[in-house]
Amino acid sequence: MRVELSVNGKPHVVEVESRTSLLDCLRERLLLNGAHAGCEHGVCGACTVLIDGTPMRSCLMFAVQADGYVITTIEGLSPGPGELSPVQDAFCETHGMQCGYCTPAMILTAHALLAGNPAPTRAEIVEAISGNICRCTGYAQIVEAIALAAERMRGVNRPDGADASAQAGPA
Amino acid sequence: MVAQGDDVRIIAGGQTLVPLMAMRLARPRLLIDIVRIGELAFIRRDGDAVAIGATTRQCLLERDPIIGADLPLLARVMPFIGHAPTRARGTVGGSLANADPAAEIALVAVTLGATLCYRDGGASAEVSAAEFFIGPMMTALPTTACLTAVRFPVWREPRVGIGFHEVNARRSDFAFAAAAAQLALDENGICRRAAVGIGAVTTVPLRLEGVGEALVGTRCDAPLVHEVVTEALSGIEPLADLHASAAYRRRAAISLAGRAITDAYEAAVNVN
Repeated sequence: MRVELSVNGKPHVVEVESRTSLLDCLRERLLLNGAHAGCEHGVCGACTVLIDGTPMRSCLMFAVQADGYVITTIEGLSPGPGELSPVQDAFCETHGMQCGYCTPAMILTAHALLAGNPAPTRAEIVEAISGNICRCTGYAQIVEAIALAAERMRGVNRPDGADASAQAGPA
Repeated sequence: MVAQGDDVRIIAGGQTLVPLMAMRLARPRLLIDIVRIGELAFIRRDGDAVAIGATTRQCLLERDPIIGADLPLLARVMPFIGHAPTRARGTVGGSLANADPAAEIALVAVTLGATLCYRDGGASAEVSAAEFFIGPMMTALPTTACLTAVRFPVWREPRVGIGFHEVNARRSDFAFAAAAAQLALDENGICRRAAVGIGAVTTVPLRLEGVGEALVGTRCDAPLVHEVVTEALSGIEPLADLHASAAYRRRAAISLAGRAITDAYEAAVNVN
């Protein structure tokens, strides 16, 4: 079946089998390997992508169902070549990862949280990432990273802040 | 509606069906995607009930003012249904139609005595939640039918309270046992109407009719609650699996139902 997908701001027309998951389509057809295949039945959250800005499981959607939505993967967060979004930066700085398998999904989930809630409490951060399993970190540095990113993103909105357009990243 | 066979399934959010397909527990030949049928996505007052369209996303119920005001028990269970990313895509009708024994929406539907509406060919029909669920992942819905809506009765008494508890291995994971209660009290704090249900304990969610009847006319004191709940659950056949034995599920259900009733009573007493 032919499906038109809008991924990271670019339109793609792909021919897929109707049974192909959005996850497999992103990875194998569009070569966007940042969405990870973990449990492949909706439990681990490693395949999370943003659908119209909301985190969803790409393993539980068929590619043909994704027509017409705005899809954002980890590859779409960078504001420019060689640059990182504030959330990605914060994950590096606090070392919010070990093996990295859950990281793209964690970062996308954090982006969605911060887009709607610029000053989340610790409890809100924990709740937001509760659908994403990390088997390495014990979550502490991930929570720290998201809090740090939130603080920085609030900072760039202040009149005396740094160049907001360079750091804001996609909503 | 397209005529279907046993190997044709309707898909909406896919948050229950697709995991079953991934594990090869469901192997449909054909899927019919109804999630973009706009007419099936709604939340509206309908006489003494609130009607929710089958393809209404679960996440919409979390912040809907009608649900919050008229169906506090349903509002209460929403955060327990999967995680935010699955509620963003999962639908109310999909959760009901797939009939997972641990599903919270099904538990509330059975507890409150909801009515499920479906279309079969050109005809519309209804079935009570109690008759709808017949086993794990099995419903009375004809294989050629499509669930269209669910109507939850609204309690208009001035003093209504709700309680809900569940135990699971991780937050928002499948419940091993769950219990829901909704009580209406008169001005003297006497229970005038009671609905109590348990989920994840047996093959289908159960409304504990006897418990509801026994609580009416009382102040729902803890010893009485424990006695009637224990009595009601003595005859059930709990599920047993790797995570929780039948004996554990029965014990947990007694305890959780007692807590849910007590919470509901206290909440109702504290309404003005």
